[in-house]
Formats: sequence, C-alpha cells, structure tokens
Amino acid sequence: MEGNMNLTLKVWRQKNANTEGNFETYDVTGISEDMSFLEMFDVLNERLINDGKEPIAFDHDCREGICGMCSMYINGSPHGPKRGVTTCQLHMRSFQSGETITVEPWRASAFPVVKDLVVNRSSFDRIIAAGGFVSVNTGNAQDANALPIPKENADDAFAAAACIGCGACVAACKNASAMLFTSAKISQLSLLPQGQAERLIRAEKMVAQMDAEGFGACTNTGACEAECPKEISLENIARMNREYFGAVVSSKG
Amino acid sequence: MATSPKLDAKIPGGQLAEKWTKFRSTVPLVNPANKRNIEIIVVGTGLAGASAAASLAEMGYKVKAFCFQDSPRRAHSIAAQGGVNAAKNYQNDGDSVYRLFYDTIKGGDYRAREANVHRLAEVSGSIIDQCVAQGVPFAREYGGLLSNRSFGGTQVQRTFYAAGQTGQQLLLGAYSALQRQVGLGNVQMFTRHEMMDVVMVEGKARGIIARDLISGKLERHFGHAVLLCTGGYGNVFYLSTNAMGSNVTAAWKAHKKGAFFGNPCYTQIHPTCIPVSGDHQSKLTLMSESLRNDGRIWVPKKQNDTRPANQIPEDERDYYLERRYPAFGNLVPRDIASRAAKERCDAGYGVGASKMAVYLDYAAAILRYGRAEANKRGIQNASEEDLKVMGKEVVKEKYGNLFDMYKQITGEDPYEVPMRIYPAVHYTMGGLWVDYNLMTTVPGLYALGEANFSDHGANRLGASALMQGLADGYFVIPYTIGSYLSGEIRTKAIPTDAPEFVAAEKAVQDTINQLMTIKGTKSVDYFHKKLGKIMWDKCGMARNEAGLKEAISEIQALRKEFWSDVRIPGDADEFNPELEKAGRVADFIELGELMCIDALNRNESCGGHFREEYQTEEGEAKRDDENYAYVAAWEYKGESQFELHKEELVYENIKIAQRSYK
Repeated sequence: MEGNMNLTLKVWRQKNANTEGNFETYDVTGISEDMSFLEMFDVLNERLINDGKEPIAFDHDCREGICGMCSMYINGSPHGPKRGVTTCQLHMRSFQSGETITVEPWRASAFPVVKDLVVNRSSFDRIIAAGGFVSVNTGNAQDANALPIPKENADDAFAAAACIGCGACVAACKNASAMLFTSAKISQLSLLPQGQAERLIRAEKMVAQMDAEGFGACTNTGACEAECPKEISLENIARMNREYFGAVVSSKG
Repeated sequence: MATSPKLDAKIPGGQLAEKWTKFRSTVPLVNPANKRNIEIIVVGTGLAGASAAASLAEMGYKVKAFCFQDSPRRAHSIAAQGGVNAAKNYQNDGDSVYRLFYDTIKGGDYRAREANVHRLAEVSGSIIDQCVAQGVPFAREYGGLLSNRSFGGTQVQRTFYAAGQTGQQLLLGAYSALQRQVGLGNVQMFTRHEMMDVVMVEGKARGIIARDLISGKLERHFGHAVLLCTGGYGNVFYLSTNAMGSNVTAAWKAHKKGAFFGNPCYTQIHPTCIPVSGDHQSKLTLMSESLRNDGRIWVPKKQNDTRPANQIPEDERDYYLERRYPAFGNLVPRDIASRAAKERCDAGYGVGASKMAVYLDYAAAILRYGRAEANKRGIQNASEEDLKVMGKEVVKEKYGNLFDMYKQITGEDPYEVPMRIYPAVHYTMGGLWVDYNLMTTVPGLYALGEANFSDHGANRLGASALMQGLADGYFVIPYTIGSYLSGEIRTKAIPTDAPEFVAAEKAVQDTINQLMTIKGTKSVDYFHKKLGKIMWDKCGMARNEAGLKEAISEIQALRKEFWSDVRIPGDADEFNPELEKAGRVADFIELGELMCIDALNRNESCGGHFREEYQTEEGEAKRDDENYAYVAAWEYKGESQFELHKEELVYENIKIAQRSYK
C-alpha cells in the first residue's frame, strides 16, 4: 500500500477480436496520487496475477507521452480528463479517492480490438504509406542550409509534425474520422518547400486511403482538437481540404 | 597485448581520413538484377532499423522489417529529446570532422575504435542533409537557416534539434521513408512481431524465428542477411529511461548463436532525470541534456538543508560542476556529471524528500533571456517581473515540452522552482561486437545503432546516439553490406521447411512451453524488479570487486528461482503481454550476469564504468591503458560460461591522455 486513494474501475474486457466484450468491475485500493494512470493499472494487474486471474491487456511503451502507444478511453474521453496529456502522463492526482472510473478501448471500425484495451491501428500506417512522405532516396540531398525556410513556416510544420499517431482524434470523433491525423501530415509537408513537388498527389492519395480504411467524415465538431494530447490544431483540417480540393480540381484523371 | 585471432575488425588500410572514402570506392557491389533476388531481414524499426530498411529497399533489395510495437513509428528512438550532432560548422566556431571525431573518442574515455568513429564524424553532415530533404522540421533562426545548440563534452555548437522532440522528428522522417517503401512493395512490414531466435545454416545467419504477438504463432523467415537494430539493454536495471518494451532478447539470442558481446559493462547513467518517487515507479523520465545549456546545477552548501530552494541565498549554494570543472562547467560529459551528483548526495547535500536529488535551476537563464529580449524590443528599465515574463517566453519556446512534462510528473512548476534531478540508467554503450562492416562474429548477422558496441567507447556524448543510429542505417550499411552480399548472389532463397528452420522453431516452442508450464507463484515483474535492484546497487554508477562477486551469485540464484517459480497467466497461443515480458526478463537475467563478469574483469575505471578501487585522489576515473586498452568481446560457452576475447585498441591519430574537463 503506497497511498490512500481507493477507486472503483469499470474496465472493458474482451478476449480477442472475434469475441464479445463486457465491462468488469474492480476495486483498487492503496493508490498513491503520484502514480501515473498506467502505474495504477500495473498495481491492479499485479494483484490479478497474484489472485490467479488474467491481467488486463493495454498498450503502452515509452511512458513519457511521445510514442503514441497508450490508448485508454477514460470516463468518456480519450487519454482521460486532462487536456494535452497522454494516458501515461495522466497522474492519479487528477482523480478523487472514491471515484468510479470507466476505461474502454478506442472505438472505431478502422481500429479493431485486439484484446481488452488494445486496438489495431495499422490503418494509420497505411495512410502514411499512401503518401505521407517526400520521395527522396538516401543520398539525394543537397546541403541542408542551401534551402532557407522562414522560421514561421518551419515552426508551423513542426507543430503539425508533433502528432504522435495515437488515434485519440478518431476515438474522440462521433464519426470516427481520421481527418486530424491525416491533415497533420499533409500540412507539415505542404508548409515546407521539400513537400511541394508531390503536394497534390499526396493529398489525393492519403485522403483516398483514409476513406478506404473506413474512417468517417468530418462534421467540424472539433472534438479531435480538444482531445488531442499534442494539441494539434483544427487549422490543419482546413489546410488539408484546400490541398485536397486543389488536387481534385487539377486532377487529369 | 595481442588481438584475439577470432576478432578481425577489418579496418581498411591507409590514412585515417581516407579509409572510408577508399573503402566506399572499392567495396564489391551487387548489380541491380541480383539485388532483386536478395532478401534482407531488418529487426527493429528505430532510427537504425527504419533508415537501413528504407535505404536498402531503395537500392533494390527485398526487405522484411519487424517490430514488436503496433507501428514502426513507435520504436524508442521516438523519445530522444535533445538533438543530433553533425560536424557542419554552420556556427563558424571551429568545428570540423576531426574535432567531432576527437571529442567522441575523448568523451568515450579512449575506449572506442578510431576508424569507426572517424567514419561516423565524416557522414554526420549527410545525415542532416538527408533529414532536411525528407521534411524534418528542425529548429531554425529568423534568417531561415538551421539553429544549433551545445551538448556536454564539447566546446562548439553542433547539435541540431527540433524543440525537445528531435528523436521523434528524425524517426518520423525515417518512418516515412520506410512507409514509402512499404507502399511501393519493396519492404514487407511485420508489426507486433518479436524475434525469438536467429536461424543458422552452414555457419551463416539465414533467417529468424518470429512470434506473431497477436496470435502467438511462430513464423519462419528467410534472409540472405539479418540486421539487428534492436536498441540497448538499459532495462536490465528495471528502472531506466528506456521504453517498457525495450529489451535485449534479439541481441542475446544472437549472442547465444555465436555473436560475441562487446563491453557489456559500459552503461550510461544520465545525470538529469526526474527522481524516483516511490515503489510503484515503472520507469524514469529523462530531462534532456540540452537543459544543461542554460540551467545551473547546485546543492546547498550546508548538509541536510531543509529550506526551500528559493530561501537559500546565492552565497549558500554550491554550483559544484562549475566549481570542479570550470572549463566545461555544467556541460561536462554525462558520466562525470552523474558521478558528481551521486557524490554530493552520498555526502549528505541532496535535496527533496528523498535527499537523492540535486537542483537544476533556470532562474538565472530566465533573467538573462529576459534582458536579451528587452534589448531586442528596445525596452529600457524593464522591471524584474517584466524581464521574468519575457525570459519565460524564450525558455518556453526552447524547452517548453520538457518543462510541461516535468510539471505533469512532479506536480511542481519548473518556471517557478528549480527542478529536482538525479541520475538514471539511459543508454548502453556495450552491445554486439561488430567489425568495420557492422557484421558480428556470425557471418551474415549485423548489428546497427545502440545494439552494437561500436562508436561510443566507455561513455557516449549527448546527441550522438541519433547520429550513430542514422549513420549506420543511411550511410554505412548500404555500402558495407555489399562486401558480404556480393558473395551471396548465387545463394538461392532457402526454403523455410529446411531442417535448420524446423529445429530452430522447435527450440523456441520448447522454451515457451517450459515457461508456460512452470505455473509458479511470482509475477514476471517481481523478478525484473529484483534483478534491477541487484544491478543498480552492485553494477550501477559505482562498482567494486566484492559487490560484483555478490551480484553474480545473487543473479545465479535469481535465475533458478525464476525458472521454478514464475507465474505466467493466460495461454501461449494468444496475445499475452506477460509471456512476452517473461521471455525478455529471462534474457536480462543472463545478460546481467555477464555485465557483472565484464565489470569485474575490467580492473580500471573508464567512462560509465567506475570501479571504486580505481580512482584518482580527486575522485576521477582512473584508467589503466597499459592493461585495459582493449574491447572485451565475450563468447557464449554455455550457462554462466563466457570466454573473453580481446581486441586491442590502437590509437594512431590521437594521443591517449588523462581525460580532463577542468
């Protein structure tokens, strides 16, 4: 016992992609407010193992808010109640002792459940593979300072590139749209001179892949921006729409 | 001392500065038609793996890439914060390839191979060029050109960065290049797959056994060559700045198949991490070394001083790094900064509830930046409050994400009170022994990035891990692999029903079955924590003979306990994170023993390896160049049996000297 917080957890349990899931209730006692949300799950899992039960599967890796692996839907919000943080950076001091906390996986048809709170986000990788790059083979580059880039553009590109690909935007959206994720990459590259050559085809291909994966449409509710742990801006979606319509208008096909 | 006949480093002849150029121009090539028939397996998709997989696929090879995460973009390189070094000399401050080479050798306490390090410095500039071309948004000045900052162990500004997220941006660049090749069909990507063993056919590495982590099924994959880009083994200490999944399994399995393990005892303890807050702690968080550019490190001059930091007057503070090392001040290399922090805390000057922390203070930097900003804006007679507001804005732009992270974890605001920091395990300089071509002692088996022992000697300088990972993947392996594969163009793909593949898979299956049938009483984490404590106490920042001997017998006992009492819930034929962890911890236990054996063998102090018996009167590391100027490469001979082979380190271009940062 390290602390004096006592909580009730309602956690989604699902054996695999082919079975039905359901909520299970767990009482967790002796939690310290310095623990991260995932460390609280570590404590619960250790107890489940010691009791001869199966621990709860959840995705996590770096535990410092940058790898994008953790993905819990906590009390109706991706990554929980605090703005601008991932689940691994959410600490128990953000909760009250005695609270009941509901934890679910991301819900989207393009993110099928693997087990319990773990989902498959390979659809994001396929969107990047469709066009989220500059086609420059190793060895083709000129001197880095041969291409000055206005600081403002570089900063805006960086702000878009800060996306960690966690999928909270999709989980937050009632349509399970991946517009914020896709637009962040399109924006980053369209803001930079290096991205100009493939600008139109990139937008076209990435949007087509996004649609093919079964992500929903955007209805401008802005939940994605509000829930994004890296506070990626909605402006990126507007920019993507301009890029995309530009591409469609000029498309020869 | 003579180099063991089993270790041929294959360093090209000629002058140091000409070796790589000459090598590149004469290394045998594989023609495009043959490349299409050659398959390469790349394990791990961090900076080294993603850049290698992308570059080799661009060249025309058939590549299969594997990662245990759900996406290649999540490899732990993503978490690197501060920056990447390159000898561009954009700041006109006297940098050069030679100076980067020299700083790296000296920073490594004269325990790295000259030819490899010089090559690293030579290709460093191309890394920045390549990343910018990919659209990596490095920090820039108002004129549109790239910005630089300083890191420890250097007196120039050669570090390129993207706020405190440089690793993320570089990895996303390499990942986008990799995904482009996936989209083109040149790379087949296997996510949520873990390498379980190397498959050897007639003495060469010819493939791997991988486990699909979702279905639990074992798979056989053939490759003409196998590249391990699987990172370091800092998690042997349980608590480290590594990601939870970072592990030694791929490298350790390779070791047991004949790849020698180089300098396993060389671990880097990073000086600026958020201190441990309790037993629940699952990992430690780094505060980037870049913070030492502007932050000042201090402790109270009085022992057991319980006053809050801001109530301790200036003349009662001990800026001990500035005091002990005036030439480099707060920017001494990591090993030195870590030991100095430990020394102060052990002597009773530590701060915070645990007394195992020192202050990293931004108050002076905030005022300094505030004044510069006031000058820039032409504001005269600004009040101290106004200066602070302006200064905080500048600090926020430079380090904002790090300050936010600190606040989130500790609940304290570092803009108002000094951060509390303490050293933590961060990086491992040791790794699989490789020759100049990055090939291990197993033909056809390569190790890149942190997984090899190659370039950092006994201590790595900040911002050099990203440089090395990308150098190996983008600019070294594409050339050096030709010298092996040019001899393999007649080798047809070996069918995976060959007896070697069948036997390798069966051995893996047997181990899994053994683990699942133990059905003991203690969780995997119980053993991992226990191992971590032994390693930290006895093979951590300071080591001695008696402690290391105790650690070896404690680890042997722990291994027996693990294999008789571990409890793994669930089944092997499903998604089972506990089973994954169990396999990794089993390997960490074996590696931990070898680390202690290596530390015990090395009767000197150098870089991150500090043997208490060998120190100067001032408490600095005391090397023994006469007897220990060698790479210790260990051969696996069976359970707890390792044979030492030595590669003599010959310094032809640098005068080996006592390392001084005073």
